Amino acid sequence: MKNYSTLGSRAFSIFNYVFLSLVAFGCLLPLINVLAISFSSKSAAAAGYVKLWPVDFTLDSYVFALKKQEFLAAFLVSLKRVGLGYIVNMVLTIFIAYPLAKEKSEFSARNIYAWFFIVTMLFSGGLIPTYMVVRYTGLMDSIWALIIPNAVPVFNVILLMNFFRGLPKEIEEAAFIDGCDYWRTLFKIVLPLSLPSIATLSLFVLVGHWNGWFDGLIYMNSTSKWPLQSYLRSIIINADTMMSASDEIATMRNVSNRTFNAAQVFLAAVPVLAVYPFLQKYFMKGLVMGSVKG
Amino acid sequence: MISAKKLRQLPLHIMVIPGVIITLIYHYIPMLGIIMAFQKFVPARGFFKSKWVGLDNFQYMLNLPNIRSVIFNTVFISLMKIIVGLIVPVVFALLLNEMRRERYKRTLQTIIYFPYFLSWVILGGILIDVLSPSSGIVNQLLGLFGIDPIFFLGDAKWFPYTLVLTNTWKSFGYDTIVYLAALTSIDMALYEAAYVDGAGRWKQTLHVTIPGILPIVTLMTVLALGNILNAGFDQVFNLYSPQVYSTGDILDTLVYRIGLVDAQYSVATAVGLFKSVISFVLILISNKLANKYAGYRIF
Repeated sequence: MKNYSTLGSRAFSIFNYVFLSLVAFGCLLPLINVLAISFSSKSAAAAGYVKLWPVDFTLDSYVFALKKQEFLAAFLVSLKRVGLGYIVNMVLTIFIAYPLAKEKSEFSARNIYAWFFIVTMLFSGGLIPTYMVVRYTGLMDSIWALIIPNAVPVFNVILLMNFFRGLPKEIEEAAFIDGCDYWRTLFKIVLPLSLPSIATLSLFVLVGHWNGWFDGLIYMNSTSKWPLQSYLRSIIINADTMMSASDEIATMRNVSNRTFNAAQVFLAAVPVLAVYPFLQKYFMKGLVMGSVKG
Repeated sequence: MISAKKLRQLPLHIMVIPGVIITLIYHYIPMLGIIMAFQKFVPARGFFKSKWVGLDNFQYMLNLPNIRSVIFNTVFISLMKIIVGLIVPVVFALLLNEMRRERYKRTLQTIIYFPYFLSWVILGGILIDVLSPSSGIVNQLLGLFGIDPIFFLGDAKWFPYTLVLTNTWKSFGYDTIVYLAALTSIDMALYEAAYVDGAGRWKQTLHVTIPGILPIVTLMTVLALGNILNAGFDQVFNLYSPQVYSTGDILDTLVYRIGLVDAQYSVATAVGLFKSVISFVLILISNKLANKYAGYRIF
């Protein structure tokens, strides 16, 4: 075992604890500061009094955000997108990963399909041709534009395929002898055994869809169909005067653009915060999955 | 006649086919669509009826006044990200590994890993506030040390470094955990042997820990080099503004502006193709190297 008794070693330990704690605090500082601003009054935020704790505590910015039509509409679009996108992504991932996990001797076309999908990881048509295909296939302004073009997450397929390959072959063989076909084997035997890895992928897919903003921005002509992140981008980062609520805010006593934006940012982060403990828990498993290369 | 073996494989084909069709339409047809880089593309005419112009778009691209600086920015920003993204997580993994209080260690990991899951839109909103030269908390802090306010996001001199720093903030927690996982798999017997041989904490780190994680460090770096033309579109796009184009504009943001803002579809595709071809070669080389030196293969 390691030796901790010398003076230098103890000094290092103390330094290490202090240093790492400071860095972790530094990572949280921007988040805490903006969170505090979102709960502070207009004047306190403008005067720069708000550091780590709200000054003149008020919920007005949140109340204002939750009453704002555009914000709520965008929130709903995002929820819809996450739901639909999750189902489509996971179904396709499972249905592609399972056949690809077979040996070539069992599924003769396996390698052809595998390369067909891998090529898309190495080379892509790029932004503009993809945009044109989405346009030509009539997906513009439809929620499906946010789901279909990336319906097959190839990297997730590879992770799940590697997990399926790690399952003992005897279990599946026993099911075949008992008369199961591939469908039943997949649903009754393979999937129940793969729940931990399905859960890991699920979380990543959910967060990925929630965080998506670029496709909303380019595929949705009407801003009322934007998911939350595209909407937030336009009002906070692009400071789009058409969509911002400056006029209404000017009449509010406790809300400024700054506190209002801070509140919206945190409302958009709440779902991620909610699943974060699970993400954290499953992440290590995800790593192990990723490291088992077929 | 279909043989019994083929018939038995039929369900497997049926499972893959929907994914194949979607991939064909939304990934392979765009690859064909690349021919628009050699056309004067008009959306109403489509990929196959637009006028053929040969290499004119590439000629035009090379004559863009900012193309050199954009290529330089792309490589400069992503090289800095690779170097910092290599050193910081390794140092943190080593330091965290020296901590004995498991609970505290896990708490710290949880904290530094969190920004990884927020989008650049959310992080951008937060950064615009905290980095503001007039009212942001970062400049207030610097003011305590007598430093004049710095316009991190609006000053072309500072912008690339702001990108590297904020990117580190978002992603070093993730990389730290990857390295930490590698550290925990080092055989404890090696440490015991080193201790018996009289190695102290520092020597143990130098001769056992660092050699132990060297393969994964090499692997991550080699793979990152394959992505050198991806300087981080999501981040740059959400943080940049016209006053920092000179140092912050990268290939991907240029493609977006030429293509979707100015609607010069063919030129944008040409720039994109230029990038994809170089990236493709780099990814093949880096995967080859990763396979050779670390036994890595994704396929």
